[in-house]
Amino acid sequence: MLKLVGGGGGQYWACSVTGTGLGGEGAVFEVARVGDPGKAGCVGPAWGCVGIPDSAPGAGMLQAGAAGPARGGQGAEEEGEPAGGGEERQPRHPPAPALRLLNRKPRGRSGEIKTTENDLQRGRLSRGPRSAPPALGMGDHGGLPERSDPHAPGSPAVAGAVAVNGLLHNGFHPTPVQLPRLCGRGPAGVGDAGPPRLPLQPELQPQPPPPQHDSPAKKCRLRRRMDSGRKNRPPFPWFGMDIGGTLVKLVYFEPKDITAEEEQEEVENLKSIRKYLTSNTAYGKTGIRDVHLELKNLTMCGRKGNLHFIRFPSCAMHRFIQMGSEKNFSSLHTTLCATGGGAFKFEEDFRTIADLQLHKLDELDCLIQGLLYVDSVGFNGKPECYYFENPTNPELCQKKPYCLDNPYPMLLVNMGSGVSILAVYSKDNYKRVTGTSLGGGTFLGLCCLLTGCETFEEALEMAAKGDSTNVDKLVKDIYGGDYERFGLQGSAVASSFGNMMSKEKRDSISKEDLARATLVTITNNIGSIARMCALNENIDRVVFVGNFLRINMVSMKLLAYAMDFWSKGQLKALFLEHEGYFGAVGALLELFKMSDDQ
Amino acid sequence: MAECGASGSGSSGDSLDKSITLPPDEIFRNLENAKRFAIDIGGSLTKLAYYSTVQHKVAKVRSFDHSGKDTEQDHEPPYEISVQEEVTARLHFVKFENTYIEACLDFIKDHLVNTETKVIQATGGGAYKFKDLIEEKLQLKVDKEDVMTCLIKGCNFVLKNIPHEAFVYQKDADPEFRFQTNHPNIFPYLLVNIGSGVSIVKVETEDRFEWIGGSSIGGGTFWGLGALLTKTKKFDELLHLASKGQHTNVDMLVQDIYGGAHQTLGLSGNLIASSFGKSATADKEFSKEDMAKSLLHMISNDIGQLACLYARLHCLDRVYFGGFFIRGHPVTMRTITYSINFFSKLWVSWPCCLGMSPGGVFPRQGEVQALFLRHEGYLGAIGAFLKGAEQDNPNQYSWGENYAGSSGLMSSSPELCPTQRARSGTFDLLEMDRLERPLVSLPLLLDPPSYVPDTVDLTDDALARKYWLTCFEEALDGVVKRAVASQPGSVDAAERAEKFRQKYWNKLQTLRHQPFAYGTLTVRSLLDTREHCLNEFNFPDPYSKVKQKDNGVALKCFQRVVHSLDALGWEERQLALVKGLLAGNVFDWGAKAVSEVLESDPQFGFEEAKKKLQERPWLVDSYSRWLQRLKGPPHKCALIFADNSGVDVILGVFPFVRELLSRGTEVILACNSGPALNDVTHSEALLVAERVAAMDAVVRSALREERLLLVQTGSSSPCLDLSRLDKGLAVLVRERGADLVVIEGMGRAVHTNYHAALRCESLKLAVLKNSWLAERLGGRLFSVIFKYEVPAE
Repeated sequence: MLKLVGGGGGQYWACSVTGTGLGGEGAVFEVARVGDPGKAGCVGPAWGCVGIPDSAPGAGMLQAGAAGPARGGQGAEEEGEPAGGGEERQPRHPPAPALRLLNRKPRGRSGEIKTTENDLQRGRLSRGPRSAPPALGMGDHGGLPERSDPHAPGSPAVAGAVAVNGLLHNGFHPTPVQLPRLCGRGPAGVGDAGPPRLPLQPELQPQPPPPQHDSPAKKCRLRRRMDSGRKNRPPFPWFGMDIGGTLVKLVYFEPKDITAEEEQEEVENLKSIRKYLTSNTAYGKTGIRDVHLELKNLTMCGRKGNLHFIRFPSCAMHRFIQMGSEKNFSSLHTTLCATGGGAFKFEEDFRTIADLQLHKLDELDCLIQGLLYVDSVGFNGKPECYYFENPTNPELCQKKPYCLDNPYPMLLVNMGSGVSILAVYSKDNYKRVTGTSLGGGTFLGLCCLLTGCETFEEALEMAAKGDSTNVDKLVKDIYGGDYERFGLQGSAVASSFGNMMSKEKRDSISKEDLARATLVTITNNIGSIARMCALNENIDRVVFVGNFLRINMVSMKLLAYAMDFWSKGQLKALFLEHEGYFGAVGALLELFKMSDDQ
Repeated sequence: MAECGASGSGSSGDSLDKSITLPPDEIFRNLENAKRFAIDIGGSLTKLAYYSTVQHKVAKVRSFDHSGKDTEQDHEPPYEISVQEEVTARLHFVKFENTYIEACLDFIKDHLVNTETKVIQATGGGAYKFKDLIEEKLQLKVDKEDVMTCLIKGCNFVLKNIPHEAFVYQKDADPEFRFQTNHPNIFPYLLVNIGSGVSIVKVETEDRFEWIGGSSIGGGTFWGLGALLTKTKKFDELLHLASKGQHTNVDMLVQDIYGGAHQTLGLSGNLIASSFGKSATADKEFSKEDMAKSLLHMISNDIGQLACLYARLHCLDRVYFGGFFIRGHPVTMRTITYSINFFSKLWVSWPCCLGMSPGGVFPRQGEVQALFLRHEGYLGAIGAFLKGAEQDNPNQYSWGENYAGSSGLMSSSPELCPTQRARSGTFDLLEMDRLERPLVSLPLLLDPPSYVPDTVDLTDDALARKYWLTCFEEALDGVVKRAVASQPGSVDAAERAEKFRQKYWNKLQTLRHQPFAYGTLTVRSLLDTREHCLNEFNFPDPYSKVKQKDNGVALKCFQRVVHSLDALGWEERQLALVKGLLAGNVFDWGAKAVSEVLESDPQFGFEEAKKKLQERPWLVDSYSRWLQRLKGPPHKCALIFADNSGVDVILGVFPFVRELLSRGTEVILACNSGPALNDVTHSEALLVAERVAAMDAVVRSALREERLLLVQTGSSSPCLDLSRLDKGLAVLVRERGADLVVIEGMGRAVHTNYHAALRCESLKLAVLKNSWLAERLGGRLFSVIFKYEVPAE
């Protein structure tokens, strides 16, 4: 029974819905057979490539680049940046990055590009006529992106990065010392950088099955010395992947501090990946890079670069794996860190089809670590977290930055296809409180059935124009006004889709109304459950994340309203700019962690 | 929210309405005496409540004017019986489809004779829609009552007055309904009313309740969204569709996301990760059935989850579900139960970052239980009625469900019989009799919340059920005959008896197919139903003459029996007293084996009965401990529940009472308030005691000094429910500090209370006069139960 707040529909924020298929040939992945991931937990303290902000908050490795955020006047970033000593502190540091050019045939010429793209299209097409056209509604940019040549000779931008970022000659980042914490975060995490593999309650945590990486550890170590320049640094490319029920979220770290030497030695398909991913914003028909979310000048694991955020539908996963096979990703020997149910579902396919070994990671871990990390580095100088001021007043309601410096306890509501609700008490103390199957997948699924729309964007666009009160039965529809006995306003929804019990009303509503009602119903329900969990857990901050919120201002404002109104101002709804990508970021952070334990 | 009138099923054309002929004998009974009305109009059903008086005959006993005189003549009965008219109060509830509302109102108007009432309490979403119609037809002012207030008043009422009102629903179990014994304190509880939307109300006391939350995703969502998705207009049809569908075709399951790995992760692959998730990603047509099923799961799971969250937040474990979404639909009761079990149990420990709701495999019962109510559909009408009747203080009385006048709970699951679920033309009835006296729990029960009167649950025990139903069917002829014979002067006795036969036979057939129709089926409920049916056709006491005769015969033997007892030594006497009690208990017209003997051998007497008894050691024999106990200090006060008239009470119980009195023990002799079989009633017992007192000084002085007290149980059943006893009895038991309870007879000590745990010493004795039961207990016909129990310190 949440009150509907008017307005707010369809305010898309910097949505990059340019889209064509994923995977030009540039997207070549290579899995490094990194040693025993079971030991991934041991972080080499010298490197501090922890991936968990709180375990070594402020650790230089984790900080954004020079252009990074200066949140709340905290100056931590600067301290992390220039300190150059890290390199020297590593006794085992190899004299020079021995990049080995793998002998492989050049690939990724246009002919192959086409093939890949067509394959992806076929993949979509095979699902049936409805999904055949470009799936993302806002039109693709003239088919441009997938055409870019991944083999374009060395990008000057990359070469320049080294100097610009003032890193050591090989672009390595200095060893982190105990640095001031980012954003004044509490001392909780300091000193326990040792065991970053979080000691979770066992029952909450599906232990990843014992690693089945069969490649010799030796081989890994050898490879590791090469591409990313340091022995305890994973080889490039650096990916983190979150394979959800509907969407695959991929983060890619683009090193911008590549030395001329490195550039020269960079293997062709590695380079092609970099070029392809960074010079396009859409891949194939359905892959999208969310350019607006890119984190620039970020220092990760000692390297400076940009973090890119890419997504494509999970149904394109097989095509993606196929491509990995065709492009011989496995020769790159990178480790593909993946989380989400798909990491399990597709593990076998990755191995048999593409000879790629997935490093599977716990979703909740990744979600939380990714979130904390992204929040800690900020959003290119702006805060990552925000809330809505005056949520109950449509006129005055506006987005405001929120400092999540001291985030605990928080209720974390992850809205993907379904919804998970976590109570987070510290970086390594959290529990899954509950979940609901009424999530983004339900919204889209019902919208597709009710309106014939095909994409999330389309559904949201319709919802923005609709009026749910035609579809829903309000309290006043039943009681003629407020229901005073229980203090319910007449405008509150008494029954979602309740008016649809009557034939006349069914005949009088529009598709847009239905889309809006679906959105409002799902959103309010999540809000209600979240609110109850917050009460049960006695937590007053509720952080909403997940791709259900992507370009979905209606839901965000509704949630902000619901939290505030029903709790009489006690609960605060918080949102994050990189709403759906934290799992993937968390997976990437795990990549650094597992390298460090060698 | 309460259901609301959105179905478009308002009054139809006149032709249709008028074409329905209402069978007045069955539907609007006692309308001419109706005093007060209330109506609850929902989205598709109307529930009418009226309060009426019922005139029926009762057999009164009274001493002859010349009593006290020497009445040794052989043929003179000990007291006279007169049949009188008595007026009792009854609540009638009728449920019918809104389509018939106009016809029903016309019928009421035509038949309303004596009413002085000027208003009718109305509640439900349709109340305002039909306001004008009601006011015009009935010339009554419509007084609108708050929906939730009515619901909760109604809910409190049924929970307090109807044992086995609440039940849990178990899928695929036999029986699918498992009834709960009512907790003596019904508060606090959570009421989740699933109408168009969902209201969650916390009820703390009779008058204090609070709306603690709700959800807009409710029955209206199922109906509305279901209609859009499947083009199916009716709620029942939607449920029917859902019952045939496969939600896994539409929902995104854990296994869809995890592949086969869910097993290694210990996840159930059938859990729903995202409702309707497949319709977002897979491009194909979905069947109506599958979508309806998915929708049903989605909504039920969501409601169950919210209910669990609220229950937990408010620390409540009793959650009752009601509203049109539930209303007896097995499909929704099933999905709600799963959901509650799932969320109640797997509340914190689900290891996955997905929204998960139960889909296929479900865990066992969790800590919050989903409870449903047999009379859920009537709550609003009951509450509205109670609101209007506040000046009559209906809540200060106890009420009892009249099995004869009430339709049972139906289990026409839509899988089996979709047409039946349409309910067209069916009228569902509930009648509640106002009991003369308020009923309370016996203060001597060890643990009132866990007390279950009945020994065997026939809903559970199919074998026993078959036996007893057949047994009652076979006994029916005899009962009919006895009923006719009890009213020799009546011209229509045979006709009424035949009606009784039909009614009770039908009840038995209903119970064969739906043993849960009136709550847990027990021998007691079968007996009670028979008494209700007899009363219905004005056979208030078919055994009155038999009892009168038996009492007369036994009284004549009293002195001789007492003399012979007094001649015995102390230890012998104790055994003889107990044997006397047991032999007396053989005289049971309710037992087939005995009634045959009594019919065929009029000379069968006390001594013959003694010979029938099993020799010691008895089937259950704690006599030695009892004897040992008697050698100790006397009990302060004994509470004795008497059984049969005649030999049993006069030659068995009274000598036993006399011995206790002599020992210095006070005695409370509790007899039924109303007649049942040949059980001695309170009023008969008073006359008998008077006659005994005339013959015996011990009894006389005890009566005079109030060391012997005769009280009524508040019951008219051959069995005994210690949680529903006359309040006066309970008060007396407490005042006198009763420390011994004697329960006598098969009905009271074997069919019921065999396992009853008391806070004080107890003696349960009976003679097994049914060979099937005897065999079951490992004995033979006329085996003896002598169970002396001392509570653990």
